[in-house]
Amino acid sequence: MDHTNIPRTVPRKSATFDDYTLSEIRRAAATGLYDIRGAGTKRKLPHLDDLLFLGASISRYPLEGYREKCGTNVVLGGRFAKKPIEIRIPITIAGMSFGSLSAQAKEALGRGASAVGTSTTTGDGGMTAEERGHSSTLVYQYLPSRYGMNPDDLRKADAIEVVIGQGAKPGGGGMLLGQKISPRVAAMRTLPQGIDQRSACRHPDWTGPDDLEIKIQELREITDWEKPIYVKVGAARPYYDTALAVKAGADVVVLDGMQGGTAATQEVFIEHVGIPLLAAIRPAVQALQDLGMHRKVQLIVSGGIRNGADVAKCLALGADAVSIGTAALVALGDNDPALAADYAALGTVPGAYDDWQDGRDPAGITTQDPALATRLDPEKAGRRLANYLSVLALEAQTIARACGKSHVHNLEPEDLVSLTIEAAAMARVPLAGTDWIPGAGRY
Amino acid sequence: MCGIVGLFIKNPKFESELGTMLSTMLDVMTGRGPDSAGFAVYGKGHDGVVKMSIRGGTATDFNAVAADLERATGAALSLTVRSTHAILELPADRESAVRAALHDRHPDLGVVGSGQRIEIYKEVGLPADVARRFDLARMTGTHGIGHTRMATESAVTTAGAHPFSTGPDQCLVHNGSLSNHNVLRRTLIREGIGFTTDNDSEVAAGYLTARLRQGDTLKQALTRSLDALDGFFTFVVGTESGFAVLRDPIACKPAVMAETDDYVAFGSEYRALADLPGIAKAKVWEPEPATVYSWERAA
Amino acid sequence: MTPSPHCIDLATATVRELNQRLHHLTADGDPGIWRVLNPAGGHAIAVGLNAPVTVEIDGHVGYYCAGMNKSASVRINGNAGVGVAENMMSGLVHVRGDASQAAGATAHGGLLVIDGNASARCGISMKGIDIVVKGSIGHMSAFMGQAGTLTVLGDAGEALGDSLYEARLFVRGSVASLGADCVEKEMRDEHRAVLHARLEAAGLAGEVDVSEFRRYGSARGLYHFHVDNVY
Repeated sequence: MDHTNIPRTVPRKSATFDDYTLSEIRRAAATGLYDIRGAGTKRKLPHLDDLLFLGASISRYPLEGYREKCGTNVVLGGRFAKKPIEIRIPITIAGMSFGSLSAQAKEALGRGASAVGTSTTTGDGGMTAEERGHSSTLVYQYLPSRYGMNPDDLRKADAIEVVIGQGAKPGGGGMLLGQKISPRVAAMRTLPQGIDQRSACRHPDWTGPDDLEIKIQELREITDWEKPIYVKVGAARPYYDTALAVKAGADVVVLDGMQGGTAATQEVFIEHVGIPLLAAIRPAVQALQDLGMHRKVQLIVSGGIRNGADVAKCLALGADAVSIGTAALVALGDNDPALAADYAALGTVPGAYDDWQDGRDPAGITTQDPALATRLDPEKAGRRLANYLSVLALEAQTIARACGKSHVHNLEPEDLVSLTIEAAAMARVPLAGTDWIPGAGRY
Repeated sequence: MCGIVGLFIKNPKFESELGTMLSTMLDVMTGRGPDSAGFAVYGKGHDGVVKMSIRGGTATDFNAVAADLERATGAALSLTVRSTHAILELPADRESAVRAALHDRHPDLGVVGSGQRIEIYKEVGLPADVARRFDLARMTGTHGIGHTRMATESAVTTAGAHPFSTGPDQCLVHNGSLSNHNVLRRTLIREGIGFTTDNDSEVAAGYLTARLRQGDTLKQALTRSLDALDGFFTFVVGTESGFAVLRDPIACKPAVMAETDDYVAFGSEYRALADLPGIAKAKVWEPEPATVYSWERAA
Repeated sequence: MTPSPHCIDLATATVRELNQRLHHLTADGDPGIWRVLNPAGGHAIAVGLNAPVTVEIDGHVGYYCAGMNKSASVRINGNAGVGVAENMMSGLVHVRGDASQAAGATAHGGLLVIDGNASARCGISMKGIDIVVKGSIGHMSAFMGQAGTLTVLGDAGEALGDSLYEARLFVRGSVASLGADCVEKEMRDEHRAVLHARLEAAGLAGEVDVSEFRRYGSARGLYHFHVDNVY
């Protein structure tokens, strides 16, 4: 036998121990600390892409695009609040803090949202004058840490969002690393400058729905029952959490799927805790229907919304509106290929940059570095966001008209079919071309 | 997630007031638990006689049921009907025969508790309505425990309402949420404890029953439960002669107690105690976390 | 003599009516003294006050009494439920009896005086408030306390000052245990002066000897994530 010419197998890498996994093991071995990063899950998950709309043809009649009316407005908070808010499009900006984002980015979000008649949301760390000034409708988050929480801003807000969790980390508290605790952020949060900030995972003065009811009563009393009160949860047990938020007295439930982003959290949390948006909407809607509260208590969903089709699909599954975070940052200029050289200097590439916790964002968005932050022009970035939001609304209308709806809220689950068995089971719509909904039990 | 009330009478003069006091306390806790309500009252008992609390429906003909059970078992039964529930009194040595006959011949009915003195009533609906339909205000006894429920993960049904009774004259109510009840339930089932719901609180009741069967005192069983049960809880527990309170070590769920020469009272909130006689002069305090508080009636 | 106070009886009026009337008071003009009867453990009594009014509550109150208080002086002639004076900004809240859990939680300013005991998580996430407890406090008090002072004449429960930031803790009695990153610190003259000022504000000047207190604060070991301080 010729031992010199045996064909060799090509080098084969493990599917289990892939390059990323190997690099993470080495990183952990070197530091002894879990990986902390920003953004949302990066793994492939069953998502809204696996759903398709059934456009009208002979059995149903479509509406004429651009001419026949297709409403997009949403009223939020009519259950108890004396002053419910109305937004022109069913797409809101999710809570993102000043601290995690630069003041310029917060201003840009306010400008963009206001230009198209929708709301933006504060985050952990309080309300800035810039964001209040540039946001026609501003939702003030009430978080476990209560950083920057004060009654004056509560009274200035248009709505209050009691945050119990977020999709990136249901059950976890916040983090903000020292690089971003600038003098202004530190002062707003009453923290020493430059420390790695931890936030609590539970609210300090209530736990559970029976006590949440009393907390909501207090917030209503402080604000004279004027402001809508939202309750935000990360998607994990959406049926129960939605039902309990309603029982505790919420006007609006905000449900964030695991694709939702974060400023900084353990990677293991982002990738392994919570359920995808696709799987979360129907149980939440079911809870509202079981309580006779669907469309009375509004449901806002978020976590990986990217285009008008995503918006329309969420509404068809029963949501009243959606919320966007990551996509809004991209509209502002996050991960822009034009900054490839800057990203390369950080050891990454456009589209992969997720070290939002580091505060070295070349786009000037997830940073407190004054030099970097001035790279973002709030007016121009706000304009880009407004454009993008308009496109989302137009796309959702396009689909709604094609399905014969004069308001996007008239989209129904029956307007959808699924491409995969997984999505069919999770969204509880039939596999395309069949009447089969796999495992059509309850949540 | 719920509201809890409990009352342990020290001065026998107040035994006739037990139901009145308890029903007021229960009504005040409606906000914490509008889904269902229930209560256990420890009234009069007789040696050798067991009271079985039986849950039916609005259409149940309990007289026919009792007659049928008498025919089937030959046991002499006495019956008291209160709305959807009935109390069957029978010779203690016939309890297992009657239970078996009930199970076989009337599977739509359920035994919610039994013992020499305990009576348990629970229904879906607002606490005030539940108290009224069973006429709690006119019940008398030495101690009683009530519960208003805001269901978290298990179903809003009568069976899912508290109190849970898993042993003779025992009952437990719970405010909070346990995080290891599924694995513990499987262990307890192997030890012969029966469960009728998927409710986490029933597992806590079953755990105490298992410990009491093995000879623990109520205080010992509760102390041991601090290690066995994970999660958040405030418990109020009743036995034939005892009344106890326990909170988990983190103690997020509220608890207020009041004591006078005449009674010991428990409420999830002070509001529940505000109308009790002599409350203005009562000793009012918050029970410490991970600390068993218990009272026993003199034999 | 002050004029006869405004009186609201919660046996006949609702908490909502009470708060509405208190919210209509402004800093200019004399907001007067308000007396609240029959609170019966009710929740959210005198919350969101925004004027230098004096409110006297006769009886026990429920959750969040004087929550988010600004400028007002609220005295509770009884016990207080969960979260009394939570997120207070300024002013005074005085509990004549005991306080339940999370007293003064996340509060930014003002003075909270508790004549009796406070239970678990007293001063949790405090952000500048001064709290004086004449009795003892429960476990996990001053958890993640960021700023302000917590002065306790009695004892402290388990895990005092866990994950503490810059809040300053003074305890006269025993401490069951210190939480993660909380350490005893030297009591220097500047600290005695701070403590004396707090005691004076609480009406205890001359009644209590500052030298009997020990000071606890953050070891600042958790300020930066690294391999040896992950919990």
